[in-house]
Amino acid sequence: MGNDKPKLKLAVYWGAACGGCCVSVLDVHEKLFDVVANADLVFWPIALDVKYKDVEEMPDQHIDVTLFNGAVRNSENEHIAKLLRQKTKIMIAYGSCAHMGGIPGLANFSTKEELYKRVYEDSESTENAQKVYPQTETTIAEGKLTLPNFYKDVCTLDQIVDVDYYLPGCPPQTERLVEVFMAVVTGAELPPKGSVIGAGSKVQCDECKREKVNKSGITRFYRTWEKEDDGKTCLNEQGFLCMGPATRNGCGVRCVEGNAPCRGCYGPLDGIPDPGAKMMSAIASMLNEKEEGDIQKALDTVVDPAGTFYRFSLPGSILRRKQS
Amino acid sequence: MSNQKEEIRIGYYVCHCGHNIAGVIDVKSVAEYCAKLPNVVVAREYKYMCSDPGQELIQKDIKELNLNRVVVASCSPLLHESTFRGATSKAGLNQFYMQMVNIRENASWVHESKEEATEKAKDLSRAAIHRVAFNKALEKKKVPVNPTALVVGGGIAGIAAAMSLANAGKKVYLVEKDPTIGGYMAKFDKTFPTLDCAACILTPKMSSVLKHPNITLLSYSEVSEVEGYVGNYKIKVTRKPRYVKEELCVGCYDCITACTFKEGKFPDEFNFGLSKRKPVYIPFPQATPLVAVIDEKTCIHFKTGKCPQTCAKACERNAIDFTQKPEVVELNVGVVILTTGFQPFDAKKASNYGYGKYPNVFTSLEVERLVNASGPTEGHVVLRDGVTHPKSIGIIHCVGSRDEKTNKWCSRVCCMYSLKLAHLLKEHSGAEIYNFYIDMRTPGKGYEEFYDKLLNEGVQFIRGRVAEVNDWATTPEEKGKLLIRAEDTMIGMVRRIPVDMVVLAVGLEPGKDAQEIRKMFNISCSNEGFFLERHPKLAPVDTFTEGVFIAGACQGPKDIPDSVAQAGAAAAQALALIDTGHVELEPNTAFITEERCCGCQVCVAMCPYTAISFDPVKKASSINEALCKGCGTCVAACGSNAITQNLFTDVEIMSEIDGILIN
Repeated sequence: MGNDKPKLKLAVYWGAACGGCCVSVLDVHEKLFDVVANADLVFWPIALDVKYKDVEEMPDQHIDVTLFNGAVRNSENEHIAKLLRQKTKIMIAYGSCAHMGGIPGLANFSTKEELYKRVYEDSESTENAQKVYPQTETTIAEGKLTLPNFYKDVCTLDQIVDVDYYLPGCPPQTERLVEVFMAVVTGAELPPKGSVIGAGSKVQCDECKREKVNKSGITRFYRTWEKEDDGKTCLNEQGFLCMGPATRNGCGVRCVEGNAPCRGCYGPLDGIPDPGAKMMSAIASMLNEKEEGDIQKALDTVVDPAGTFYRFSLPGSILRRKQS
Repeated sequence: MSNQKEEIRIGYYVCHCGHNIAGVIDVKSVAEYCAKLPNVVVAREYKYMCSDPGQELIQKDIKELNLNRVVVASCSPLLHESTFRGATSKAGLNQFYMQMVNIRENASWVHESKEEATEKAKDLSRAAIHRVAFNKALEKKKVPVNPTALVVGGGIAGIAAAMSLANAGKKVYLVEKDPTIGGYMAKFDKTFPTLDCAACILTPKMSSVLKHPNITLLSYSEVSEVEGYVGNYKIKVTRKPRYVKEELCVGCYDCITACTFKEGKFPDEFNFGLSKRKPVYIPFPQATPLVAVIDEKTCIHFKTGKCPQTCAKACERNAIDFTQKPEVVELNVGVVILTTGFQPFDAKKASNYGYGKYPNVFTSLEVERLVNASGPTEGHVVLRDGVTHPKSIGIIHCVGSRDEKTNKWCSRVCCMYSLKLAHLLKEHSGAEIYNFYIDMRTPGKGYEEFYDKLLNEGVQFIRGRVAEVNDWATTPEEKGKLLIRAEDTMIGMVRRIPVDMVVLAVGLEPGKDAQEIRKMFNISCSNEGFFLERHPKLAPVDTFTEGVFIAGACQGPKDIPDSVAQAGAAAAQALALIDTGHVELEPNTAFITEERCCGCQVCVAMCPYTAISFDPVKKASSINEALCKGCGTCVAACGSNAITQNLFTDVEIMSEIDGILIN
C-alpha cells in the first residue's frame, strides 16, 4: 500500500537514560519489518552509525518523528535535544525520563557538589587522593579534550524544548509504541498537541484485578520482602506501597499482574501538577490511624518517602529539586 | 490556561475600614499597584466598602465599566463576604465572580511594620486578582428545614431553650446524659443575689419539660453520631440501660427499700460523695423523670450474678429489667442547641490547698449540698466527721482560676457564689467566716448590693491570694485546726488564720467530653476548650456550623441568669431558622467526573459526611450534593483527579498560588 508514499523518517535518541527505552524500541521484534517497511531510521545512536554532524546537516523539519528518551542532564543532551527539535516535525518525549525526569531525576535530591563528592571521592570503590573531578576541558600533550558540561539540574525534555507528545513508561510498553507508530503512518487524526499518548486516561486501579476489601485501613507499610502478599487483595490495603491509585494506566497493570506494586512510571493523569503530592494525598487517605501521633508512626514506616513518591517524576513536579 | 473566551474585566476595591486597615496599610499605594495588574479595569480605595455608598461604588462600576469580576480587599469573609456577594449580584453579576481578600485580620491587625503589611496586602490582592479570572458562576441551592429541634444537655440552659422552642410549637428532643435533668442548679440551695430557693424555681420547670406535649425527654442518653447538615441533621442517640423500664416506673422507692443492701454503700454522685447510695437509686426526690436507675458497676447482680433480686420482686409494676441493653434512637432534626455545661475545676490540682489531704477542706459544690435543706445533712453544716460544727470557716476564692498554672480565666461566678455561701454558712452555723479574694468581681444586677449586704453581716474579707493550707499547729490552740496562710494586701503583711473548715471556690472548666461533642457537631473551641461562638458580639450563640447553636456554660463560665438569657437567644435563632423554612447551601460542593473515575472507592471511605456512594453498574462513584459539606477531603484523596470542588478548583487554587509567588 504505502510504496508510492514517501517513507517516514524516524529518529531515536537517548539523553540521560539507562538504555531500556532503546531496547523497548528493539522489542518490536518481527514488527520491525512493518516499521522498516514504512519508515527510514535516520538517526539512532544505539543501533546505527550516524554522526551528530550528519544530523546537523539535515534540513529543518527533515525528520518526521523523533522518539527522545532520557532526561536532559548535561550540555550534550541539551544540544542534541535542541538540534533534533529543529530537525523534527513531531517530537515525542519517550519514556519516563524524557516525560518527567525519571530515575536520573532523583539526582535532583542532591546538589551537583554532593553528587560529585559521592561519585568521585566517597564511593566505596573509589580512590581519588588528588580529588580529580571531571572538567569540561583538559589539555594534554596530544591536544585539548572536552566533556559535556554536567548541569546542576536534571530536566525533563519539555523544560528544554517544545514537546508534541508524551509516551510514558519505564520503558513504554512496546505494543503502545507500535500503535502510535501505525497511527502516524496511516495518517490517523492525531490527538491535540501536548497529549499523553500510548496510555490510558484512568488510573491503574481501573484495570487492576485485585480485590478491594476496604475493611480496615493501613496501619503500617511493608517493603515487599517484609510480608507475604496474599496474591489477591489490593496491595495498598495489604500495606505494600503501590503507586497505582495515582498512576495512569495503559501498561496493562504489568507490575501488579506480576505481584509487584506499581512504581508509578506512567506518571499522573492530566491536570495533576505534582504526582508525588497526589500520591501522598492518596496514601494519606488510606490510613486507618486518626490521631496525629499514630499517623506519623504509620507514615514513618515508608522508607525513603521522597524517592518513593517522586520515583519517576521529581524534575517535572512542583517540588522539582532540593534547594541548593 | 484561561477557560473562558470572554475578556476578563476586574474591578478592585480596597477598604480603609476606618483606621483598622488604613492605619497600617497604605491603601492608596495598594490601589495604584493593583490598577496596573493584568485584567484590572479599575482599582479604588474607599473608607468603608461595606457601607451603602461603598457597595454602590461596586455596582456602579459593574454597570458602567462592564466589569465581570470583582475583588474586594477588606476584612474577613466571615464578616462581609455575603455583603459583597450581595452587592455583586444586585448589579446583575453572578455573586461568585466576587473574590474577597482579607487584609485586616491577615495583614493590618497582625503586622507592626507598615511597609511589610502594605507589601503583604499587595501580594494577597495580586493572588485574588489572578484567581478571580477563573472563578465560575455558581448558584446556591435551597433545601427545606426540618422544624424539629434537638437540645443536648438538660441543665438550666437546656431546660430554658427546650421550653422556649416547645412553647413556640416546635417539637423538641432534650437529651441528658445523667438519669435526671436539672444539672448543677438542682444541687444548689439558694441562688445569688436574691437568695431564692433554687429547687423552688427549678423543679417546676423540670416537671413542665416532662409534661410538655412538644418535648421528648431522653434522659440517661448521649448523642453518639451526627450526620447531615443544617436543616436536616440525622442524630443517633444512645440510651444507656437503666435496667428499669421508664414507662412502668412511678418512682415509688419500693425497689430501693427492698435492695439487698440495707444501707447505702456507694458514694452518691448527686451529693458529691457526701452521702451513700444503693446500687438502685433515684438521684434526688425531685429527679425528672422520677425513675429509678440501677448502677451496673455496683449492683451485685451484674458483679456476681448471685443477687436474690429483691428489688425486682418488690416492684409491683414489674419495671425492673436486668436484660436491658444500650438502645440507639435515630432522630431527624433541623436545628441543634448545645447546652452541655461545664465541669468544676478538680480541687486536687491546687495541691497547696490540701483538698483530698485534709478532710475538712471542702469544695464549694460540696458545701452547696451541706447547706441544702434536702442535702445529706439536711442543711446542718458539719465537718467531714459528720458531727462537729465548725466555729470558723475560710472561703478561698479563685481556686483553679486566674492562675497561670491552671486556668487563666476568671470563672465569673465564684465571687458571687462565695458571698452566697458565706451568707448561708453564717446563717446555718453562726461560724466566723473569712473570705480570701484577689479581686471582688460582682458585676451584675443587684450583685454589688449583695456584696454590700455581706460586708454588713460581719463576714471577714481578706484581700490576697492564699499561699497554702496546712495543719502545722504552732500553739496548742491551733491544734486540730487548718491554717490558712495568705498575704493581706490591705495591711501589707502575711497572715496565718486558723479555721475549722476550708471551702475552695473552684472555677468552671470545659466539660470533660467537650472535645468529643465538638468533633461530633463539627464546631470549634476557643483556646481554653469552651465552645466557640461565631462572633463574640454579634453572633454569640451561633457557631461556625450552620444550624448548631450554643448556650450556657459550655460557651464559657456564666451564672444562671446569663445561661437562661443565652438559652433564650439560642432558641430565638433556632426558631428564626425553622420559620424561614429553608436554608441556602453554599455551592462549595464537590462533584465527580464519571469518565475519569476508576471506581477505586477511596473517596467513599474518606467522606466524613457519607455523601459519596459507588454505583457498581457504572463502576463509578458519585457525590450527593445535599450531603457534601465541601471539606475537600475526597478531592485530595482522589488519585485520578476525577473530583472537582466548586470554589476551589485546581486552577483556582494554583492561579492564586501563582499570584502570590509571581511578583
